[in-house]
Amino acid sequence: MNEHLLSMHDLTADDVVRILDTAESFREVGTRVIKKVPALRGRTVVNFFLENSTRTRISFELAAKRLSADVINFSAGGSSVAKGESLKDTALTLQAMGADAIVIRHSSSGSPLQLTKWVDAHVLNAGDGTHEHPTQALLDLYTMREKHGRLEGLRVAIVGDVLHSRVARSLSWGLVTMGAEVTLVGPPTLIPPDAPAWGTHVSYDIDGLLPKLDVCYMLRVQRERQRLEFFPSVREYARLFGLTSARAATLPDHALIMHPGPMNRGVEIDSDVADQPGSVIEEQVTNGIAIRMALLYLLLGGTGEAAAA
Amino acid sequence: MSDRFAFIGARVVDPGAGIDEVHDVVVADGRIATDDGVEGAERIDASGLVLAPGLVDLHTHLREPGEEHKETVATGTRAAAAGGYTAVAAMANTDPAIDHAAMVHAVRDLAVAAGSCDVFPVGAITKALAGESLAEMGEMVDAGVRVFSDDGRCVPDARLLRNALIYAKAFPVEVVLADHAEDASLVEGGQMHEGSLSYALGLAGRPAEAEEIVVARDLAVARASGGRLHLCHLSSARAVELVRRAKAEGVRVTAEVTPHHLAFTDEDLATYDTAKKMNPPLRTVEDRDALREAVADGTIDVIATDHAPHAVEEKDMEFDVAPPGTIGLETALAAVLTHLVEPGIIDLLRAIEALSTAPARILGASDHGGPLEPGRPANLVVFDPDEAWTVEPPFVSKARNSAFTGERLRGRVRYTMLRGTLTVAEGKPTR
Repeated sequence: MNEHLLSMHDLTADDVVRILDTAESFREVGTRVIKKVPALRGRTVVNFFLENSTRTRISFELAAKRLSADVINFSAGGSSVAKGESLKDTALTLQAMGADAIVIRHSSSGSPLQLTKWVDAHVLNAGDGTHEHPTQALLDLYTMREKHGRLEGLRVAIVGDVLHSRVARSLSWGLVTMGAEVTLVGPPTLIPPDAPAWGTHVSYDIDGLLPKLDVCYMLRVQRERQRLEFFPSVREYARLFGLTSARAATLPDHALIMHPGPMNRGVEIDSDVADQPGSVIEEQVTNGIAIRMALLYLLLGGTGEAAAA
Repeated sequence: MSDRFAFIGARVVDPGAGIDEVHDVVVADGRIATDDGVEGAERIDASGLVLAPGLVDLHTHLREPGEEHKETVATGTRAAAAGGYTAVAAMANTDPAIDHAAMVHAVRDLAVAAGSCDVFPVGAITKALAGESLAEMGEMVDAGVRVFSDDGRCVPDARLLRNALIYAKAFPVEVVLADHAEDASLVEGGQMHEGSLSYALGLAGRPAEAEEIVVARDLAVARASGGRLHLCHLSSARAVELVRRAKAEGVRVTAEVTPHHLAFTDEDLATYDTAKKMNPPLRTVEDRDALREAVADGTIDVIATDHAPHAVEEKDMEFDVAPPGTIGLETALAAVLTHLVEPGIIDLLRAIEALSTAPARILGASDHGGPLEPGRPANLVVFDPDEAWTVEPPFVSKARNSAFTGERLRGRVRYTMLRGTLTVAEGKPTR
């Protein structure tokens, strides 16, 4: 395992399997009455969130607490960052306070990598700008593997604003690493022109693709993209690329419907589709805690047998 | 210190005179003297060293007034001398901007007081660089300005540029309009060259066509108006090709490129190194190679630094927050020697032409750029073309945001002389 978790590009297929297997052993902890193991007792994990996020922060907080680590939540509102202190100075302060791991969420691409140059703590990327969101990708891989029993050969479509999506980058690179067949779908203005170099296919025809899929992964549409004329209107986006009930009906029965949240119901996904049996959106959230426990455990070299925990 | 010097056994590279040969150079009373003045002069052994006209930078940001925490005229001109420069053009984007004659005098006076290097203030094309109405060019021309530019920003509309090019014909001297060619609508929010790497890094792009579009527009306006255009820091192969064709058609245009665009590519940004963030951005290997070729064939006339000092805390920021630019005065000569002369892309004569003779001509700096003939002002540089060194702080510049940090370069300045006074001796600034 590496010292940090910055990018899915840093992980080999073996690394991914090890993370998913470790998460598997931790998931059971969440079903107990006492949802806690002593693996990281005495270690300090800082949730350094400089961009609004509720679900990822809570997920990391729960993961660290279930491993018995001390957890500090540091958010931008009211913090030194809001008062004009630089990322570097704030990071050095966290370091001086003895952080063993820093979980960073930031609106600037590349900031987790920059952080590693300034601090000795293990750095976990909890989403950086329009770059990557590797823990989301890993929990998605976990969910797909759990439901389909494999990742290799899975046919996955990632639909939406791939260009600006950190989830799409991390997930498509992770899937390609694991031997899945990935197709990126969306308005051509929102698909990176060199996506084939990522090892993915590109399609603008969601209807032709749906009947062949094992996983249909919908991305959140940022309404601000419409203001920059990437597409004419939210209405037209929903008409061309939204997962409507009619479209969802053309998916094979075994196909999963996934979404990283938070959803724009009625835009990229119809309410009925989000709530139908093939949708595993809530399980993604549950699995997220186990994945983040596994990552903290592996990066911090937690003590005690994870499987026996 | 003596006021008479004799550089003995120097390899004199003087493009203005078409000379590349070994001979002694004598300086007396601030001017190049004939060889019979050697007696009584301070003898400096220059065997194995190159003696050339002092370098002239057509594109320097000195930051004073307004951003003295980044650089001042005194520190910037000392850095210039350390890099072998005897003259620099100070860009107009200070605060307040150099958009009227009093500012021209103010900046020049600061340089005179510092005494390291001549400074030729560049005048703003538009008032306060706002891109809205023309600055009063006439009084700035009277104050000695020959180059006008809103650098840092592209002249936003064709009508403004067209009027400025035509209006400048009124002046008895040749006045040059220099544009920073990047279409604003295509580079808004952009952090690096748009391509495979920007998509992978999740950084908004500044596509090459943003430069191409403005270069095409500017060339069309220059062609139709007959005005005198200069294109700052070209970065893309297609823009170079447009300039090549326009020159063949007789359009009155010159162009420059920076040492960093000749040395680096977008691949160097893979670790989000803010020292290599610039506008226009570092582009692909193909673009870099086209720029090198354009220096060789003369399509690009000038190598200019775009010396852009920033404070440490400003560059030590998130990539999208850090300001663009690199310092360049202290590394330009070595970068050109290492990346263009050593591989045989250009010879030393062409290098000095691009770093001194050509920019001096564009700037109207008649005392600079050679030829180094008896009676001419003794503005010159003496450098060891072979000495290897690693670029690292501290720099003479107040700033240390060098894209070349950590690079191993060849070529080191030993002496810089401004009108007979050594501003650099034994490799160290004297003031």
